[in-house]
Amino acid sequence: MSGFDKVVHSYEEAMAGLGDGMTVIAGGFGICGIPENLIKQIKKMGVKGLTVVSNNCGVDGFGLGILLEDKQIRTMVASYVGENKLFEQQMMSGELEVILTPQGTLAEKMRAGGAGIPAFYTATGYGTPIGEGKEVREFNGRKYILEEAIKGDFAIVKAWKADRYGNAIYRHTAQNFNPMAATAGKITVMEVEEIVEPGELDPTQVHTPGIYVDRLIQGTFEKRIEKRTVRQA
Amino acid sequence: MTLSREQMAMRVARELKDGYYVNLGIGIPTLVANYIPEGIEVMFQSENGLLGMGPFPTEDNVDPDLINAGKETVTTIKGASIFSSADSFAMIRGGHVDFTVLGAFEVDVEGNIASWMVPGKLIKGMGGAMDLVAAAPNIIVMMTHADKYGNSKLLPKCALPLTGAGCIKKVLTDLAYLEIADGAFILKERAPGISVEEIVEKTAGKLIVPDHVPEMQF
Repeated sequence: MSGFDKVVHSYEEAMAGLGDGMTVIAGGFGICGIPENLIKQIKKMGVKGLTVVSNNCGVDGFGLGILLEDKQIRTMVASYVGENKLFEQQMMSGELEVILTPQGTLAEKMRAGGAGIPAFYTATGYGTPIGEGKEVREFNGRKYILEEAIKGDFAIVKAWKADRYGNAIYRHTAQNFNPMAATAGKITVMEVEEIVEPGELDPTQVHTPGIYVDRLIQGTFEKRIEKRTVRQA
Repeated sequence: MTLSREQMAMRVARELKDGYYVNLGIGIPTLVANYIPEGIEVMFQSENGLLGMGPFPTEDNVDPDLINAGKETVTTIKGASIFSSADSFAMIRGGHVDFTVLGAFEVDVEGNIASWMVPGKLIKGMGGAMDLVAAAPNIIVMMTHADKYGNSKLLPKCALPLTGAGCIKKVLTDLAYLEIADGAFILKERAPGISVEEIVEKTAGKLIVPDHVPEMQF
């Protein structure tokens, strides 16, 4: 066994150390490219008071939506929510705090969090409710607001294939937020469809280098589709 | 006659140029993809990380790992590329996307746009709209001229919370094509059979009417 071997053999082991009140960053867009089994493990563990950072909060009964069933999420940071009734109910009753964040700003907050950049200026949100209370600075005649980076106690991500060292490749648009999320966890847990031996992946094709990954597990995925749209053959 | 949704899409599509990278917002803007002028090539960007989005898949080709920003299953065209959300918004924020089409609730004479939140109603979020309006150099808003109660959506000042400030220069409604400059809407074209008087009546913000306002041809 190499010191670079990130493989763990159970979901218990994969999420060990997650506790009440922690911040979890999750990859995925809608329910595409989500770490569905790691989310199920969080539900099983029953930890409460989580801050979850992800573009969306799943749907009723699938993805991050299942963490609402036992009210495990206290604060949700996302760009678009409301695809689930439970979310709506808990938001309306005040049990769930929601911090809406523009999608590009959310991606950049994760990227900055992983890259050691504490904050950045962006024009996105200036002059809107999102910019209220944030520092404003002018560059070249244009106004920008200061947005702070996000780091997670845990980051949970889903990739297609990875070698034992955690070098990973994503498939199609299941990539989305996963590469940034992978960099932004104090502990990054990755689940994949297939684990291969080091050397089997072409180094030039690797999306996420193994340095960002702490634990790696192979799982099976349902890959539910949110909006199945087709044309006639 | 007011323009149909299809006619609105046809008119917007005339703004497309060969080699444009284009982002179409969710809803009516997606119809623009059906009316790409003959002889030109454009590539559609989907902000979840896809440049070169193709049509919906046939039943046999549905892939849960390949969706668009509306979470619909899609395909890729030849020459497409796929990337992370950070790269996707670097393209958008960095001004690399040539043309953006978005819906809106309100637009005002200063180029402000409100499109994501109605106080008192359920707020679902802005998604990528704030990033798109803050950065795209060439945006066209596509919306009805008035709401269902007949209230103008082209205002002296947006009443709803903004999506972006001072970023809109072109608006296509079911009555007219207008541009925004120096604190006013400028009436550039009118829908077939729609009088200048009707447009004046339904535009609450300051409106400049040139001597000649051509009628759109379809």
